[in-house]
Amino acid sequence: MLGLDKKDMTTLLVVAALVLLAPFILNPFPANSAMAQFNAGYPDLMQRFVIFGIFAIGFNILFGLTGYLSFGHAAFLGVGSYSAVWMFKLLSMNVIPAILLSVIVAGLFALVIGFISLRRTGIYFSILTLAFAQMSFNLAYSVLTPITNGETGLQLTLEDPRILGQTATESGGIPVTNLFGIEMRGSETLYFGDWSFQFSAGYYLCAIIMLISFYISVRIFRSPFGLMLRAIKSNKTRMNYTGLNTKPYALAAFVISGMYAGLAGGLLASMDPLAGAERMQWTASGEVVLMTILGGAGTLIGPVLGAGFIKYFENIFSKINESVLHSWFSFLPESVENGAVWVAEHFVGGGWSLTLGLLFMLVVTFLPGGLVEGGQRIIKLFRRRKADDGAEQRAAKSHPAE
Amino acid sequence: MGILEVKNVNKRFGGLKALSEVNLSVAENSVHAIIGPNGAGKSTLLNVLVGKLIPDTGSVMFDGQSVLGRTPYEINQMGISRVFQTPEIFGDLTVMENMMIPCFARRDGSFELNALTGVSKQVDIREKAEQMLIDMNMIDKRHMHSASMSRGDKRRLEIGMCLAQEPRLLLLDEPTAGMARADTNNTIDLLKQIKAERDITIAIIEHDMHVVFSLAERITVLAQGTPLVEDVPAKIKGHPKVREAYLGESAAA
Ligand SMILES: Nc1ncnc2c1ncn2[C@@H]1O[C@H](COP(=O)(O)OP(=O)(O)O)[C@@H](O)[C@H]1O
Ligand SMILES: [Mg+2]
Repeated sequence: MLGLDKKDMTTLLVVAALVLLAPFILNPFPANSAMAQFNAGYPDLMQRFVIFGIFAIGFNILFGLTGYLSFGHAAFLGVGSYSAVWMFKLLSMNVIPAILLSVIVAGLFALVIGFISLRRTGIYFSILTLAFAQMSFNLAYSVLTPITNGETGLQLTLEDPRILGQTATESGGIPVTNLFGIEMRGSETLYFGDWSFQFSAGYYLCAIIMLISFYISVRIFRSPFGLMLRAIKSNKTRMNYTGLNTKPYALAAFVISGMYAGLAGGLLASMDPLAGAERMQWTASGEVVLMTILGGAGTLIGPVLGAGFIKYFENIFSKINESVLHSWFSFLPESVENGAVWVAEHFVGGGWSLTLGLLFMLVVTFLPGGLVEGGQRIIKLFRRRKADDGAEQRAAKSHPAE
Repeated sequence: MGILEVKNVNKRFGGLKALSEVNLSVAENSVHAIIGPNGAGKSTLLNVLVGKLIPDTGSVMFDGQSVLGRTPYEINQMGISRVFQTPEIFGDLTVMENMMIPCFARRDGSFELNALTGVSKQVDIREKAEQMLIDMNMIDKRHMHSASMSRGDKRRLEIGMCLAQEPRLLLLDEPTAGMARADTNNTIDLLKQIKAERDITIAIIEHDMHVVFSLAERITVLAQGTPLVEDVPAKIKGHPKVREAYLGESAAA
């Protein structure tokens, strides 16, 4: 179906189910229970899951398939956000033109940066992309202030023309982003005993776009183009001496992944119409690298898992503060409790990146194939257990006969 | 006029004259061997032919067209395929995928953005790749991870990949170097079979005399970057200049 084989179709359906049912899956705990802090079914958090999922899916087309490690993909994310906000300022608050423009502009940016960076390979390529991204960040932060509004970031104002929409609402406020009238921030809450589940229009738009993006990436993986990209990663020399020009292949992958990043940036701005230079910083570029590697570079579902994993723990860990820790460790004698809290404190809240660093080290050391490899190992273990059980049963049966 | 014409080619590496005044003519549909002691410049000559190195002076014509100044992939698309001294294959891919890539290169040229149709739907490519694997006697290994094969099988796959491109000139750089006797004989048989079945010109660089005398119709002896003699195998065997340059080395070794 849909031009996919059975295995890929199953993967797509699993991802679709996870994404569409996320408001339930991510809110397993009753709203007032102590465990509620581990719930993640809030519209803006769920939006970030799928938007960064798109970012990582696109990044994986470049890095996972060709092996070219870009350290500057946040630049395309930022460019996408700025383009979308400009569309909201000049044209209308409908998200469709904004998203389209962000994809196109990011694609053009990627074409230029990719064309130059792909003159080199390996570490030099990575450094070139990093340099371009930092240049873009600095330009956005200072030089290009008329376009980016510098430090403050680009925001909507009551003076924006919005030629196809309205400059201000009747009540005098700034209009909100919408999809042909459906407001992105609109949401419905479903109560079910002590549980509550939130369904947001913005989330479902992002979710559907993410599923389409994922589907396209599966098609790319299975296409002749995808095969060529994997061949580039495997052996560039053989490619050249097989009459294949690796450069346009790598550039096409670079531009496609740049467009995915632009799409993610456009969606971020569609959910919350502002854009700041910090979105382009190298830490943001590094984050998508971590997501892809943590989930499993070169696998279909890895980047989605990686993005979800990092965004979930980022949210949970950064919410934990000293008083939460004290309540957790209160069963200990006071001096021990203080010590435990003092240690744990460094790994939560603003110290979340320390935890992320440790997690990343553990995964890369013990699961070089990322979370996907972890999952595969668990499945294998179960299969072997089953097989062993079967063998034992057969052995037990055959014994009396002897 | 041969299919490959090398005229007055010179190549220096710093103070070292790796190739000096090399002239070579390879006749169409022949098997031409280039032999010579270590460091004679054989690989350098091959690198000039495939566009990896640009000679300082001289000309290299393939089928009436100059190859100089073209990139390796362009030269390959002209009809020259190269087998490397250590097999260059796509180690991360399966044997079947390895074989499909040259089929794509042959059908679609050096670049084709075919991103939304499945590889599994490319029936012509799959059939051709499968046929090639049957010819190479490795169809049972099609799902194997190519990096995990023996060196002999890798060489066999690489030769098959080159043939899948239907080249007019096949270049082989010491295809049996480091191989056991049995693998060497297999390779000789494979090349003989290839030659018998298709219209193809083969230029082979080889150190192993057994291989050379089993295959070649003409032999060029290279020593210190210059062709010493060129003749049929029977004449090369007893040639005094060859003994001096070549066999002297093995006597010393
Ligand atoms: N890229 C290079 N840079 C410098 N010297 C080289 C290079 N390639 C080959 N040479 C030198 O040129 C000479 C010929 O080398 P080569 O063509 O590899 O010989 P052969 O293949 O006949 O053994 C050798 O002395 C070698 O050291
Ligand atoms: Mg050599």
